[in-house]
Amino acid sequence: MHETDMTKALILTVKDWYHSQPDKPKIEKIHLIVGQFTCVEPVSLQFAWEVQTQNIFLAGVELVIKETPLIAFCHSCQQEYQPEIGLQYSCPDCNSPMEDIKSGRELKIDRIEYSSTNNLKGCGGEQPFAPTDKCIGGSRTDPN
Amino acid sequence: MHQTFDAALEINLLHANQEGADHNRQHFDQWGITCLNIMSSPGAGKTVLLEQTLKALKNKFKIAVIEGDMTTELDADRLRKYNVPVIPINTGRSCHLDSKMVAGGIHILEHQYNPTDFDLVFVENVGNLVCPAEFEVGEHAKIALLSVTEGEDKPLKYPVMFQEADCLLITKIDLAPYLDIDLDRITENVRQMNPQVTIISVSAKTGEGLEEWFAWVSDRIK
Ligand SMILES: Nc1nc2c(ncn2[C@@H]2O[C@H](COP(=O)(O)OP(=O)(O)OP(=O)(O)O)[C@@H](O)[C@H]2O)c(=O)[nH]1
Ligand SMILES: [Mg+2]
Ligand SMILES: [Zn+2]
Repeated sequence: MHETDMTKALILTVKDWYHSQPDKPKIEKIHLIVGQFTCVEPVSLQFAWEVQTQNIFLAGVELVIKETPLIAFCHSCQQEYQPEIGLQYSCPDCNSPMEDIKSGRELKIDRIEYSSTNNLKGCGGEQPFAPTDKCIGGSRTDPN
Repeated sequence: MHQTFDAALEINLLHANQEGADHNRQHFDQWGITCLNIMSSPGAGKTVLLEQTLKALKNKFKIAVIEGDMTTELDADRLRKYNVPVIPINTGRSCHLDSKMVAGGIHILEHQYNPTDFDLVFVENVGNLVCPAEFEVGEHAKIALLSVTEGEDKPLKYPVMFQEADCLLITKIDLAPYLDIDLDRITENVRQMNPQVTIISVSAKTGEGLEEWFAWVSDRIK
C-alpha cells in the first residue's frame, strides 16, 4: 500500500535532517500529523514504519501519529462543521457543498524529538528504547 | 542527564513527491505540453477511453501516453496501435504512480523523441481509487473516472480523488439501463465535495458523451 511509500519518504526526510545536524543527535520520537481526510491509514503507517526502520539508524524510534478531524467552513452559515466522512460532506444546515477545508488534509512531519549526543562518546551511547520484539520478519539487528 | 529537544519540521510527508511533481510540470511547461492524469479504480475504463481519445485527437494534437500498468504491457500494447509514443512505467508493486516514476517517463520522452513537438501527455495511473489521489505527478489537470457499475456511493466512500478531480467522467453509461444506478445521485454526491468539477457521462462503447470529453481536453491544450 501507499503507506509504504510514504514511510520511505518520511525516512528520507528524517535522514536529510539527521545529516544536516552537526552533532548527529539521538532521535527519540517522530511526530506526525495525519488528517482524516487523506488516504493514509495510521495503523498501516505504524506498521510500515516498524518494518522499514528495523535495520537502520531509526530502529526503535517511536512514531507518534496525531490525527486531525475533517473540519469544513460553510461560508453561507459562517460556521465550521464536521462532515461525516463516508456519508455527507455538504453543510448539515444549509446543504452548501464542502468548499473550504479547515483541517483534515494534513500529512505532515510535525517535529522530531531528540537528545543531544554532544557529551557522549560517539553515537548511540544512550538507548532510551529497548528493542521491542514486535518486529516483523527477519531478525532484528542491534540498532547500534 | 538525559535532555530532549524538539526540532520543528513542519514538512509535508509528500514534500519530495510534490517537489518532483513541480519539477515535472516545469518540463511540461517548458515544452508546451499539457499533462492530464487519468485516475480510477481498476477497470473503470481508462485504457478504452484513451484508445477512443487517441483515435479522435491524434491527428489534431501530438500526443504521448505514459502508461502506469502495474506489471504487464497489456495496456501499453493496446495504445501503441494508434501510433503514438506509449511509455510504460514499471510501477512494481506500487499502487499508484509517483512523480519520480513519471520523471522516468519524461526522461524517455526527452531523449527518444523531440519533446517540444508534443501538445499533450496522458498519464494512465494505476487502477486504484485511493492512493493515486495523494500523489501528484506533474499534471495540469486530474481526471477521475467512475463507472456506473461501481455504485453511486463511491465518491462518498473514497472522497479524496473525487474532491481533487478537475473532470469526472461517469463511464460505461451504456450499461446504466441494466443497473439500479441513479446517475443524478453520483453527480450530487460528487458536487457535495467538489462543486466546480466538470462532469461528463460517457460511453466508450456507443460514443455517447465523447465529443464533450474531446472538447474538454482540447480546451486544456496550451
Ligand atoms: N459496456 C462498456 N464497457 C466498457 C466501457 N469502457 C470500458 N469498458 C470495458 O471495461 C473493461 C475495462 O476497461 P479498461 O479500459 O481496460 O479499464 P482500465 O480502467 O484501463 O483498467 P486498468 O488499467 O486495469 O485499471 C473492458 O472490458 C472494457 O471493454 C464502456 O463505455 N461501456
Ligand atoms: Mg488500463
Ligand atoms: Zn451552511
